[in-house]
Amino acid sequence: MKLILTEEQQFLKDTALSFAREKTPVKHFRELRDSENEQCWDNSIWQEMVNLGWSGILVPEAFGGSDFGVAGISVIMQELGKTLTPSPLLATAVLGVSTINMLGSEEQKNNYLPKIVSGEVTTALAIDEGNHHNPLEIEVTAKLDGESWVLNGNKVFVMDGSSANTILIVARTSGKSGEVNGLSVFLADKNATGLNISKIFTADSRNYANIEISELKLGQESLLGEKDAAGEVIQKVLDIGRIVISAEMLGNTEEAFEVTVNYLKERKQFGVAIGSFQALQHRAAEMFCEIELTKSAVIAAMHAADENSNELERLSSLAKFQAGETLHLVSNEAIQMHGGIGVTDEYDIGFYLKRARVAEQIFGTSEYHQSRYADISGF
Amino acid sequence: MESLESFRQEVREWLEENCPPTMRTPLVPEEEVWGGRNAKYINPESKLWLDRMGKKGWTAPELPTEYGGGGLNRDQTKVLHQELFRIKARPALNSFGIWMLAPCIIEFGNEEQKREHLPKIIKGEIRWCQGYSEPGSGSDLASLSTKAEDMGDHYLVNGQKVWTSYADQADWIFALVRTGPKEPKHNGISFLLIDMASDGVSTKPITLISGKSPFCETFFDSVKAPKENLVGIENSGWTIAKKLLQHERNFISNFGLAGGGTGSGADVVNIAKKYLGEKNGHIAHPVHRENITLHKMKEHAFGLTLQRSSDEGGKASAASSMFKYYGTEHNKDRYELMISAMGNKGLGWAGEGFSDEEQAITKAWLRTKANSIEGGTSEVQLNVISRRVLELPN
Repeated sequence: MKLILTEEQQFLKDTALSFAREKTPVKHFRELRDSENEQCWDNSIWQEMVNLGWSGILVPEAFGGSDFGVAGISVIMQELGKTLTPSPLLATAVLGVSTINMLGSEEQKNNYLPKIVSGEVTTALAIDEGNHHNPLEIEVTAKLDGESWVLNGNKVFVMDGSSANTILIVARTSGKSGEVNGLSVFLADKNATGLNISKIFTADSRNYANIEISELKLGQESLLGEKDAAGEVIQKVLDIGRIVISAEMLGNTEEAFEVTVNYLKERKQFGVAIGSFQALQHRAAEMFCEIELTKSAVIAAMHAADENSNELERLSSLAKFQAGETLHLVSNEAIQMHGGIGVTDEYDIGFYLKRARVAEQIFGTSEYHQSRYADISGF
Repeated sequence: MESLESFRQEVREWLEENCPPTMRTPLVPEEEVWGGRNAKYINPESKLWLDRMGKKGWTAPELPTEYGGGGLNRDQTKVLHQELFRIKARPALNSFGIWMLAPCIIEFGNEEQKREHLPKIIKGEIRWCQGYSEPGSGSDLASLSTKAEDMGDHYLVNGQKVWTSYADQADWIFALVRTGPKEPKHNGISFLLIDMASDGVSTKPITLISGKSPFCETFFDSVKAPKENLVGIENSGWTIAKKLLQHERNFISNFGLAGGGTGSGADVVNIAKKYLGEKNGHIAHPVHRENITLHKMKEHAFGLTLQRSSDEGGKASAASSMFKYYGTEHNKDRYELMISAMGNKGLGWAGEGFSDEEQAITKAWLRTKANSIEGGTSEVQLNVISRRVLELPN
């Protein structure tokens, strides 16, 4: 496994870079936030992404996608992360596609994947139930009642939960909370009776929802694949999600760092650029080192996902940990090094801090992944 | 790719035939090979292994064959290393000549110097040491004051170097000397090769906080060095000096990886399980376990970064500063974690109360403190990153 990009991946990255700079500079995100847009992303921008084929990067060619792999979507998310571009890519094109593709029957794939590629279907994966990510502690239940499944329970912090038209619900069909066996995934229309979706307003001004599930009745065709058999696949979907969001976080980090270093060169105090002060130089150099380590962890993890490596879990945890720690550091230092303007809303750098803390929580914090890494490694 | 596979086959067969049996056993420190005129070989197979590898040029696989090198490309070298690793072969030769000097002679030396010095370096016939730091010139290396006066056919060298590793065993020294005392400090330095057997050269070992060390002080008292031993142009030695430091940093940066650099080779996880005990197969103490996990994750990411840099073609020169900084700080951290996990067993200095391994770890811990000083301090590396990579103003 070489830790470099293929020509194809480099091309996708370059395309995404131009897209982000031209179509979705940070101004785009600021306008969305100020407009209090309900879904927190822009329909016409999403359509352009669809036209570029980004919604189908993880979709097999047989269902209309390009099958460019986790590395392909990761480098796109990295570039979009630089300008904080909101879109349904992660929730739909990564989580939705991976879940349906790995778990669904041919018929289900046929029903959903081409419509995801065309932008018609957007998805949200409803998994977390508590204050912290804990993908095995699932208490939402699904019970068979005659010919229908009946679901009950609560989901929280569901990414794109208030914009997606299709909700993928992870539910327990057998076993106890904490067990990997006995989990199943159900597909539900967002307007289904028994689903009560409430948008929550988070610091990063993106789209999340809490979902109350009460006597939600679903037909047999709503069960994705086989009953009780989704546990392992969900872990893999989450690992892919972790890698892709790590790439996005790397993009957030790179941009926040670049903006900050430029500010150090421009801002004058005591008659000189503040970047000439060693107290700031060394902190900047340390951030540089951590960013380099993050790039390596992310690229290794995305290639591992595409090569089906048995190191996937460890590398995914390493990537999410390292991306989280580095973004945490850089988002804090960026504010401090900007001084007074760093804490004003008028200046963009604060957006990176707000996005950082939310992204750090998604699919497990650094603490979660440190603990997981230790367990996998046998420490 | 096919030719690379046939090369692998060729290497494998050659090693099978030529790597002596004891050279495939774990290295014992007394049998480490550094070559040179004064080398003693406790194990005759060490000498045999050196001679065979040296003749093949594989002690310096990427140097050109016309000067005795292996003439391999990057991928072939990788294959060679993989095959050496596979049979657990000991290094045939440790050499500052190969790690630091040879690449600079290739880049800056004249044809005669290449023909004179490179083959002897590669075969391990001449052992080199590095004359850079001086008592008054550490991080501010360019302020060095060892002077070399132009006496027509030779330079007359007077002054003192410090931290010259293995100076007491080396045959030659590559030294930075001041040839232009009136020039601005960076513009009056030359890169000079000096035979340690010359009249007026003397050395004195330095004892470190960790005990005996290879470091020496080296004194030059009216030493004559022939003019042909000047590498590059007079007063332009700083360029060579910096280039050589990059090679040195690249070499030192491996310290960040378990088993690399100065240390006892002990694994921090195994040590922790041994001295703190295990609970369900885990390091029993949760805080130690947490600290060690952080360390190992950073190590993993650092190792991937070294790999990425090599996959990218190893082009970024400033990367050497990052690797030197991160690798050495990480190595220090490793030994702090190790002695902490060992409790009072990590504090042994001598005698029966502590095993050899325990004492080795204590001393290795003390030795690592020099890692972030030698070859340019961590602070100097951070300066290099902020100035050269981030282009922050002076």
